[in-house]
Amino acid sequence: MSDDSLLSSSYEIPPEMQGTVSITSLDKVYAWSRKNSMWPMMFGLACCAIEMIVLAASRFDIARFGMEVMRPSPRQSDFLIVSGTVTKKMVPQIVRLYNQMPEPKYVVAMGACASGGGPFKEGYSVVSGIDKFIPVDVYIPGCPPTPQALLNGLIALTKKVDKERIKTSEWYAKEPEAAVPVPVLGPDLMDPRKYALIYEQTHRPIEPETPVETEQKEG
Amino acid sequence: MTGKGFLRMLFGVFKRFVMTYVEDFRKGKKRYYTKEGIESRRKADVQGIFTIQYPEEKLPVPEEFRFLPFLVYDEGPNGEKDLRCTSCGICAKVCPPQCISIVRTNDPVTGKPIPQPKEFYIDVDICMNCGLCAEYCPFDAIKMDHDYEIASYSRQNNIYDIERLAKPVSYYASIRPTNNAAEELARQEKEALKAAAKKPAAAESAG
Amino acid sequence: MSEEQITVAQTPDISLQYEGRVVKDTRVGYSGFIVGAEHLLEIVKSLRDELGFDYLSSVTGVDYLPEGKMEVVYHLYRSIGGPALVLKVQVPRDEAVVPSLYHLFKSSDWQEREAWDLLGIRFEGHPDLRRILTWEGFAGHPLRKDWKEPYFEEETKPFKSRWPEGITGRIEDKNPYNDNVQYPHGFDPETWVPQAEEALYTSAKKIGRDEELHTDTIVVNLGPQHPSTHGVFRMVAALDGEQVVFLKPVVGYLHRNHEKIGERNTYLQNMPFTDRLDYVSSMSNNFAYALAVEKLMGIKPPERAEYIRVMMAELTRWMNHIFSFGFLWNDLGSYFTPMIYALEERELVLDIFEAVSGSRMMCNYFRFGGVARDLPEGVLDKVKELVFERMPRRLDDIDKMLTTNEIVRNRCIGCGVLTAEQAINNGASGPNLRASGVPYDIRRADPYSIYDRLNFDVVVHYHGDVYDRYLTRLDEARQANRILQQVVRDIPEGPIMTGKPAYQVRVPAGEAYGRVEGPKGELGFYIVSNGKPNPWRYHVRAPSFINLTSLEDMCRGGKIADVVLNLGAVDIVLGEVDR
Repeated sequence: MSDDSLLSSSYEIPPEMQGTVSITSLDKVYAWSRKNSMWPMMFGLACCAIEMIVLAASRFDIARFGMEVMRPSPRQSDFLIVSGTVTKKMVPQIVRLYNQMPEPKYVVAMGACASGGGPFKEGYSVVSGIDKFIPVDVYIPGCPPTPQALLNGLIALTKKVDKERIKTSEWYAKEPEAAVPVPVLGPDLMDPRKYALIYEQTHRPIEPETPVETEQKEG
Repeated sequence: MTGKGFLRMLFGVFKRFVMTYVEDFRKGKKRYYTKEGIESRRKADVQGIFTIQYPEEKLPVPEEFRFLPFLVYDEGPNGEKDLRCTSCGICAKVCPPQCISIVRTNDPVTGKPIPQPKEFYIDVDICMNCGLCAEYCPFDAIKMDHDYEIASYSRQNNIYDIERLAKPVSYYASIRPTNNAAEELARQEKEALKAAAKKPAAAESAG
Repeated sequence: MSEEQITVAQTPDISLQYEGRVVKDTRVGYSGFIVGAEHLLEIVKSLRDELGFDYLSSVTGVDYLPEGKMEVVYHLYRSIGGPALVLKVQVPRDEAVVPSLYHLFKSSDWQEREAWDLLGIRFEGHPDLRRILTWEGFAGHPLRKDWKEPYFEEETKPFKSRWPEGITGRIEDKNPYNDNVQYPHGFDPETWVPQAEEALYTSAKKIGRDEELHTDTIVVNLGPQHPSTHGVFRMVAALDGEQVVFLKPVVGYLHRNHEKIGERNTYLQNMPFTDRLDYVSSMSNNFAYALAVEKLMGIKPPERAEYIRVMMAELTRWMNHIFSFGFLWNDLGSYFTPMIYALEERELVLDIFEAVSGSRMMCNYFRFGGVARDLPEGVLDKVKELVFERMPRRLDDIDKMLTTNEIVRNRCIGCGVLTAEQAINNGASGPNLRASGVPYDIRRADPYSIYDRLNFDVVVHYHGDVYDRYLTRLDEARQANRILQQVVRDIPEGPIMTGKPAYQVRVPAGEAYGRVEGPKGELGFYIVSNGKPNPWRYHVRAPSFINLTSLEDMCRGGKIADVVLNLGAVDIVLGEVDR
């Protein structure tokens, strides 16, 4: 659980922030207040979404962690629970929602599907994990994770938030973070970051078929 | 009267709210953080709302509960781990999303397979927790775990290897006492039958 | 086997009546009739108007690659009950063109679009033959047997690479794109123009335009991320003021290739996948699939297993209806309170499921010829407690709190009316159909399992509006409770499996359509076997999917605020809609 390397930032601290004594003492209050009012986005994808809703109900009650304010709008939410199978048709919308969320923002990949494709991975219209497109902070295995397993993941997220310091936080850097390019639905899902690779692969000369056959026979 | 139905609903909600705390006043702290307390709160005849105070108290899971699979090993007298798995491959064949992959051990001299897995991988990012592997394993070697608290900050290690999967039989007995007892009994019976079958044969050959 | 003969005997032999145009399907294990594509329209019209087969339940295609044929299978029923009449149309694979039944049965609308999308069968005369589950521009028709996806390993499971020389690492690392994608040769991503949205929006904008007054309609998009769409559902509506003049649902945002994966799986491997169809009521899905395969295998579960199955199915129905109230009133604006109450009740049922099957939602409990394991100790007492005390009390509570509530009545009465004729024609099923005054319940109309022995009433209401749909569900939950009381009283002791549990079942060649009255409506599995360990065709007739055909009829002419309410009252689960 203690993965400190994730929290270090390569950003430079702005000069007006440097050397201010009050920041270090404020850090604790800052982290404490942030971790106790994390607002998730009301966004369900598939089966896991039902367990997420159950989490909001009385038996498991995420209000105890200050998370009960589920916001339907990405503009008001702190973290996104990707709860379920991510299909190719849905990826552009998820990336767009992620881009619309204000910093600081976190992503929780709930369940096997969101983490790495899940049982539907072999199918033609499911992507192998949302982390191929947007950065993910916490992975929760399970299909579906029980509400308690999800709570465990959310507590892990608050622990991560608790460790963040004003000095090293990325969102106070001068440069605004670049938006993640939204994928496009073509003959298959196209990630704009991979256009060059796609072109290169699709314009390769077709390999002659005979050697493939002999290989198969050998195998 | 207009509004009567609406007021009735509000009254219902208010009653529910009050009932949640009545029992608390009556029984006090005893209702929380103990197993009996949880059981008394989650019963069907309880009025009001029940909330489990995770992580301080955890909802006890039933014996059949399944999360991820694990491999059972018998502990030898010197503490060596003796995996029950014979790498027969039935779990890999029955697995619906095909998340199990097994490398069989081959005898270096003869090249014949040895009943022991060399590698055993389960990709937990694919596993659908269906429990078919545990159900159809003929050697009771793969079972479904109760441990659900496995959230992580990275999924690099989410392909579990044999080290991570292997758990002692004592752990299995602790999470599934009834199943384990039934299986042990069946195994003893089987061995008794085998012994019984051997005896007459031995007697015949002797006679 | 004898049952099979009875059902065949009950369906009229239409090959005599329409001699020359219809022939009996004589393949071993198959039933029904084969119609020439050129005669399809007249024969279906005659069947509907003269013989009373007025309910087109399922339309699907089968790709017979070795024969070079594409077959379209129609399941027709009488809305007064009885077994199915199965019609088949065979066309060559390369030129798969079949006349559309859109104008005779609107229920074929989405199903034909699906068959076009996934199998590439063109339905001539369909007014809106666009792709439905994938997107416009998608390369190929994925359910065709010669279409291969990026992660293609082998035709059938189990994959040989898993054992004895198990692969290590993830499969995406072997794909040059590092993900589940592939592109046709010579494709240039820079010149690609996305076409999916264009067609939809232009057709929406055309409607309701008044040339004389120069008024225009506003096109509003709801979803796929919207708090009231019950998941990733999307609607495009054209508004005239506040009135809806046009509404097109857009689905497929959760299309998980259920059928493609299902055709690769072995029969047993499909069982846990069915859980993920309608993930709110997984036990019902298990039930329908087990029935379909058992029909093919010709086996019957023992008595105790039948009782356990019905018990689980009715608990699921009860839970699903309670859950749907929560969602419905959430959509109505009473934010989360009824929802939380509903979820509280649901948890108690889930406790039972968890104790019995091991998982709260994805039960994977049914097996061919029985159930996976017997009820653990103490579970039956828990069910009794629930069934005789908690359930009736809670239903009365809900009734008291909601049925007479003025806000509920004002919003729901007269909203989203669906007449009986429309409901039948649109292929609506379940509470949606019965709220429109059609007393059609498969448990009575075409009984399966032990339902013919149980006492319960088919709930029917006559106005066809949202309020009646709510009342139908409420009464049905009561009936479910009544069935449960009989089941826990009468449950016998005995074995829970026919034969030995086996991970590889032998299924003879043939076809079967197993259907149950799920909580959402008619859930059917159409399975074609060719005697191998994997099904050749595996199709799900999903009730939520076909119930949505009626959504436009319900919403047109109403206010935009009621769209959400109508959707809530249809009670969909996206896992089942998109599969």
